[in-house]
Amino acid sequence: MLKKLDEFQIGETGLIKKVEGEGRLRRRLFDMGVTPGATVYLRKKAPLGDPLEVTIRGYELTLRKSEAALVLLEVEEKK
Amino acid sequence: MKRFALAGNPNCGKTTLFNNLTGSTAHVGNWPGVTVEKKDGVYKKLSEPIKIIDLPGIYSLSPYTSEEVISRNYILDEKPDCVINIVDATNLERNLYLTTQLLEIDVPVVVAVNMMDVLEKNGDSLDEKVLEKKLGVPVVKISALEEANLKELMERAFEASEKKREGVTVLESKDLKHLVGDVKIAFKGKKVENPLFHAIKLVENDEIEAKMHEELLPMVEEFKQTLHDETFGNDIEAIIADERYNYISKNFSKVIVHSELAENEKKEVKETKSDRIDKVLTHKVWGLLIFAVILFFVFHLTFSENLFFLGGLFKDAAPSFEGSIYEGLFWTDGGINSPGVILFNFFDMSFSAIIDAVSGAMASGLGEGHWLTGFLCDGVLSGLFAILGFLPQILVLFLFFSTMEDTGYMARVAFILDRIFRKFGLSGRAFIPMIMGFGCSVPAMINTRTLADEHEKVATIRVIPFFSCGAKLPILVAIAGGVCEVFGFSSVDVITYSMYVVGVITAIIAVLIMRHSTQRGEAAPFIMELPQYHWPQFRALMIHLWDKAKHFVKKAFTIILASTIIIWFLSNFGWDWQMCEMEDSILASIGKFIQPLFTPLGFGSQLSAFGWVFAVAAITGLIAKENVIATFSVLAAAIVAGFEGTEEGVAEAVVMITNTGITWPGAIAFIAFNMLTIPCFAACATAKGELQKGTFKWTLLFWIVASFIGASFVYCFLSMFSTDTLAWAIPCTAVFIALGVLTVFYLRHYERKQDSKLA
Repeated sequence: MLKKLDEFQIGETGLIKKVEGEGRLRRRLFDMGVTPGATVYLRKKAPLGDPLEVTIRGYELTLRKSEAALVLLEVEEKK
Repeated sequence: MKRFALAGNPNCGKTTLFNNLTGSTAHVGNWPGVTVEKKDGVYKKLSEPIKIIDLPGIYSLSPYTSEEVISRNYILDEKPDCVINIVDATNLERNLYLTTQLLEIDVPVVVAVNMMDVLEKNGDSLDEKVLEKKLGVPVVKISALEEANLKELMERAFEASEKKREGVTVLESKDLKHLVGDVKIAFKGKKVENPLFHAIKLVENDEIEAKMHEELLPMVEEFKQTLHDETFGNDIEAIIADERYNYISKNFSKVIVHSELAENEKKEVKETKSDRIDKVLTHKVWGLLIFAVILFFVFHLTFSENLFFLGGLFKDAAPSFEGSIYEGLFWTDGGINSPGVILFNFFDMSFSAIIDAVSGAMASGLGEGHWLTGFLCDGVLSGLFAILGFLPQILVLFLFFSTMEDTGYMARVAFILDRIFRKFGLSGRAFIPMIMGFGCSVPAMINTRTLADEHEKVATIRVIPFFSCGAKLPILVAIAGGVCEVFGFSSVDVITYSMYVVGVITAIIAVLIMRHSTQRGEAAPFIMELPQYHWPQFRALMIHLWDKAKHFVKKAFTIILASTIIIWFLSNFGWDWQMCEMEDSILASIGKFIQPLFTPLGFGSQLSAFGWVFAVAAITGLIAKENVIATFSVLAAAIVAGFEGTEEGVAEAVVMITNTGITWPGAIAFIAFNMLTIPCFAACATAKGELQKGTFKWTLLFWIVASFIGASFVYCFLSMFSTDTLAWAIPCTAVFIALGVLTVFYLRHYERKQDSKLA
């Protein structure tokens, strides 16, 4: 089952299956490397729970929960 | 002259490379998007000089913010002889994404793999031959910071610029290739330059492209219907982005060879130093608190006259310079001065000594009271020094902010504050220009270019002056001091502090109103790269400070110098162009003419004889806020014979208050007016340049309205507590509050109407 990125727990890793949304916002997500097939690791949340900080394609990216809700992932089992 | 353009992701070291190639001093920061406009310089170490253009950083050629459009347009329209694509070796995957798009343009490209020093320090290595073979363009390993291999890079770029290059694409799936090919032929038929690039962008449904070639859209649409990818259906945007990244990971995942040591380390400890620092600074509970403490110390070290609240504890250890011109340089009875204040005092005291020496020399040479002495000392020198005196404090403040930026902390500040800022309809990024406003509005306004949303940018620029800048501080200190002395209040700092609060509250209210009315819109998306922490680079910091100082000194010698001369002239000459008493001067008559305007604010027609001085000071303040107190001191000397001024202007304020019969609520409203009204010339010019055409006149109006409403509210509200309570104060305050509530209701109603229209 797919899970939205904003529902992830800190420390969880997932594989992007789908990116929803439209227009410039979606384009920007793609350009920043948030594309299907990329692995995302949720590093932490800001002091007030939002925005999120993730590791993707080897760098740190921050995005809001509202944007993270557009990203659907398959949760990777913890080894 | 040949032109080479530097293109690459934000924060990949373009500007460092640019500075080292051209010997220029552009500002570098560890904050994505520091270069917000293109800059050029000349490289002279080849057989012929080469013009180098530093473009704003971009993640892709489908632009998102206004400064990103600059880069795309430059490469496409200005056709540089070669594009040097800087790629961050420590973040190869995302950086090469832009490369795959640059290769589609018919322009010679050379890839410069930067930050090799960092990579090699980690014990890793990179095989540039693999990259070169696959990409089909020259690849050079460099370190912009250590200036390694720059000559080779330029030689290869020069070689490449001699030949023409046709765009190639990495998009290889059969159906897509077919479509792109068709569109490309259509573009070629229309003699469009860079047909491949435009074809792909059109297929990608790029906003700018779709507007330019509407006629081809039906063809693309038709094809999309037939396309059915296994995973993405006919979502071409996703297919293309996916193909680019797949191409990169398929071909280049082995390009970086990790040393065995590094491999082992990676398995054991995943945490780097940067991670550990980050854990503390963006901690769930402490993050906000740490930030508040850091901010407090930045201002404390710059402005405090009681360092670390130690009082006079260590003052005996510091030289006192008693009796010399530098008395009070390091400490006063109140406490030890902060580094910022010490520097300020040093400049200020030296300048006063110079003025004294000059006026003394002139008095003995030309005789007492000669007009030339007055012109040079009161007109030229005092005005010039008034602003130069603030230079050290502003530089100290900037040193702190640049350090925070250069280390990568500012990006985290935006991260931790985003949630709070969203409440007011702004993104966390808007915080940086606002906090910079406490130092100076000019760089703060320029910084708003990193904001993606135009409405957000306008709203931010408009409220920046409300964050009281360094030049407004003297107004606060002098008048608050004067009020306390005349009316017998005890705490100057309460007044000063609450005026800062008034500024911030006005900013919040103004942003809320604007974001719900004229500058309406959702908070812009917040998708930002968080750079690795690193130590600040001394060179970069010094470059930044030097730039700042240069700008400031230039301002002092141009705008301020000219305006002080004009004020001196207007206050010493009458309409008959003869020298006269202040009371009959041109300035006085202008002041008397506009004085009634300020009646609702408490410093208009209700004042007695010299009441026009406040109107005049407010006007001169439009040129530069330093002028307000400077005007007071010129006028005080004319009102009271043998007047002795003080350093902070308190005595001047006392003269003004006692001679005009202004009430204390009126005096405080005068401070509020100056804080909220149109900022100085320099800030206005910057705002005009940053705002879109036609927006500036509304911005001016906004400032005038905000200052009148704000100051008259302060006046009414405080008059309720005044001993000579005026019968009108209570109903007026009530009217203000009622109007405020009505505005809120109206905006809610307006929003609903807009929403239903949209739906």
